[in-house]
Amino acid sequence: MSYGVYIPKYRIRVDEIARVWAHGEDVSEGLKVFEKAVPDVDEDSATIAVEAARAAVLRSNLDPRRIGAIYVGSESHPYAVKPTGTIVGEAIGTSSKFTAADFEFACKAGTAAVQACLGLVASNLIDLGLAIGTDVSQGAPGDALEYTAAAGGAAYIIGSKDLIAEIEAIFSFTTDTPDFWRREGMPYPEHGGRFTGEPAYYKHVASAALGLMEKMGSSPEDYDFAVFHQPNGKFPPRVARKLGFTAEQIAPGLVVPWIGNTYSGATLIGLAATLDQALPGQRIFVTSFGSGAGSDAFSIEVTDRIDEIRQNAPLVRDFIAGAKYLDYAMYAKHKGKLRL
Amino acid sequence: MRPVSIIGIGCTKFGERWDSSLRDLIAETGIMAIEDAGVSGEEIDALYVGNMSAGRFVEQEHIGALIADCAGLSRLHIPSTRVEAACASGGLALRQAMLSVASGYQDIVIAAGVEKMTDVSSGAAADALAAAADREWECFLGATFPALYAMMARLHMRRYGTTQEELAEVAVKNHRHGSMNPLAQYRMEVTVDDVLSSPMVADPLHILDCSPITDGAAAVVLAPAERARRYAEVPIRIIGSAQASDTLALHDRRDLTTLDATVHAARKAYDQAGIAPSEIDLAEVHDCFTIAEILAIEDLGFFEKGAGGSAIEDGLTSLDGPLPINTSGGLKACGHPVGATGIKQAYEIVLQLRGEAGSRQVDDAEIGLAHNVGGSGGTAIVHILSR
Amino acid sequence: MMTMKTRAPRFWRCIPQRYNLIGTHCAACDEYYFPPRNICPNCRRDARIEEYKFKGTGTVITHTTIYSATEDFERQTPYNLAIIELDEGPRLTGQVVAPPGEVKIGMHVRPVFRILGKEGERGIIYYGTKFIPVEG
Repeated sequence: MSYGVYIPKYRIRVDEIARVWAHGEDVSEGLKVFEKAVPDVDEDSATIAVEAARAAVLRSNLDPRRIGAIYVGSESHPYAVKPTGTIVGEAIGTSSKFTAADFEFACKAGTAAVQACLGLVASNLIDLGLAIGTDVSQGAPGDALEYTAAAGGAAYIIGSKDLIAEIEAIFSFTTDTPDFWRREGMPYPEHGGRFTGEPAYYKHVASAALGLMEKMGSSPEDYDFAVFHQPNGKFPPRVARKLGFTAEQIAPGLVVPWIGNTYSGATLIGLAATLDQALPGQRIFVTSFGSGAGSDAFSIEVTDRIDEIRQNAPLVRDFIAGAKYLDYAMYAKHKGKLRL
Repeated sequence: MRPVSIIGIGCTKFGERWDSSLRDLIAETGIMAIEDAGVSGEEIDALYVGNMSAGRFVEQEHIGALIADCAGLSRLHIPSTRVEAACASGGLALRQAMLSVASGYQDIVIAAGVEKMTDVSSGAAADALAAAADREWECFLGATFPALYAMMARLHMRRYGTTQEELAEVAVKNHRHGSMNPLAQYRMEVTVDDVLSSPMVADPLHILDCSPITDGAAAVVLAPAERARRYAEVPIRIIGSAQASDTLALHDRRDLTTLDATVHAARKAYDQAGIAPSEIDLAEVHDCFTIAEILAIEDLGFFEKGAGGSAIEDGLTSLDGPLPINTSGGLKACGHPVGATGIKQAYEIVLQLRGEAGSRQVDDAEIGLAHNVGGSGGTAIVHILSR
Repeated sequence: MMTMKTRAPRFWRCIPQRYNLIGTHCAACDEYYFPPRNICPNCRRDARIEEYKFKGTGTVITHTTIYSATEDFERQTPYNLAIIELDEGPRLTGQVVAPPGEVKIGMHVRPVFRILGKEGERGIIYYGTKFIPVEG
């Protein structure tokens, strides 16, 4: 029914991180990521979730008291125990008559939240559901993740009437694949290096995407746009090509080069950037990926209403435009990497 | 109500008194004041002590009983009461003591003030002091005391053209005065350049615009005026005593560049004393920050609103000027042990009116004023003293 | 194990005010209050108090940049503090998120949802309203 995005306004250039670790000048080119979004010192995944949710409410001008479920997906919830969703509910002015839980499935916790809302709405158990993907993801200093681990989030209000886009079908593909993880109490995630590629990202994204197209009897030509989870700028074009999607189809939703990998927010921000310019009647193919590992694929058709409400809240490109650049020292301060 | 006089005074050396505890400070000053008055323990009817936050600074409450005990008066079982109005606690102790004597209920009463601030880190001290502001709606949002006064300064500068140099001149003058006061925490002089090049605390206030963290205590002994001559060669009469309140939070004030509490307390005190501001020979005003002295000399009626900065720059409030302000060095240079400050101000005025202020003596001083502020202006207390 | 000192109940009590600037309005004299007052000083017994959610937009009346803070805020310096007059009238103290030197008297601001403070590494996180300059 609506969507809203929030991306912090600070950026650090990948070249600046590479300078600090003397990783050479081609890191940025290799990853196809030029800069990443960095939270302010007083921002975390909850504040980002709230800002995105407020934008979603604002865009559709709906009564937040209609919301019956809030699911927040993140791998960087501010609390290990204590939900983020309750903070969001209070901050956007819901009634107290809603259910909430926090989701974690690496980078696909946000799309999992969308699915959960979809189920409750489709079965008429709730009027509206609010699904959010938000992260202030962490990469250990000097680790490959540090080049891309970024901050941002997107919120989607799922309902059955007054839609701006209809979710026609979903398909998920999930296996037990330890390509990336963070143990309880540890500040930074660990990963399997190149193991995160073929057996993890590519296998799951491709399987979910092919599964959905097979289920629907559709093919890449049936879609005007496609969005794939974007841990860097290299993986999504490659998987798109393999599946038969064109560079043009994925271009509007490929925002990782300018904001980095926003983890649980990444696919949903990519979708938001696509909705920002999609026309009524156009179709969007979306596939997320979460390490560990799984992919959720969605087939979406945009409705007429999108033109009415799109401009009521900031677009993804508005956030990309307002960037302020930090050096590594300021970045370390912002990210709380200075330990006392 | 009967008139009341100050018959004895005492004040410790102000500063970082690493070797002295709160108990040591109170004992030191209590003995000085009692000896100065020449009263015996048995004659003392009551004690009032101003203390802002011993609970935070030395984790000790129940300061009333403690000071009676430390002053060696425990076996006399006299009432001893702690009063608190943040940085105006000392002024409030003096006022409560004065009221108890004026009412006729008690005769010889000691008003003391004490604060031991250096037993905690400077961050913890700043947080304890911040409790004088609105914890819920100022401090939780990140407010500090310097920040509140900085916001007053910014608006005063905007409205009246007050400059950073004029603010700095307050510090320069008070350090010069402090250099002549053996009890002062800082006895070195500073220049305008020193102030302006010192680290910024809360823009536009630099560290040298701020009063320091200080340990110290002071005490005065009060008696009914008709009996004062028995104890003191030059008893000093309290001819005006007034207290006024305002909103706790700065943002709720009618005007951010006026302390209405000061204006009201001053008006009442002048009325009681039957004098005009122009009849004051010298004043100790609450200069917790340089801007606070500028606000004070305007709100006390010494200068027009907006003219405080230039009055200081023109030397009108220097020791050799027509209205010497803060001859002790003020909170700025003499130091600001919060609960003791109001009593120290009275101590300085008494010393001046007695003609015992040494190299910083104001000639022919007859009437002096002490002005003590709690928080950012939630409380103001004004006393007018006369020979 | 040491017991954690927490302000959780005290913070929780004010969540509507801190998250959404919920104050009050006296319908009798049309005066707005933040933080909320249940007794209207103008009307006292004749007051008609109702809950009111402030828009959150306002004007900077005065401001400072804090370089030396209390213990709870010492890792956030420098930060801007301002007295803001909300469009409906009441004034409050709050942080303005902007580089030092960019806040000006008379500047228009709007609310953002931010972390106000944390009880160290183990305690609760206080969220609430700060302000940012309105562009243009």
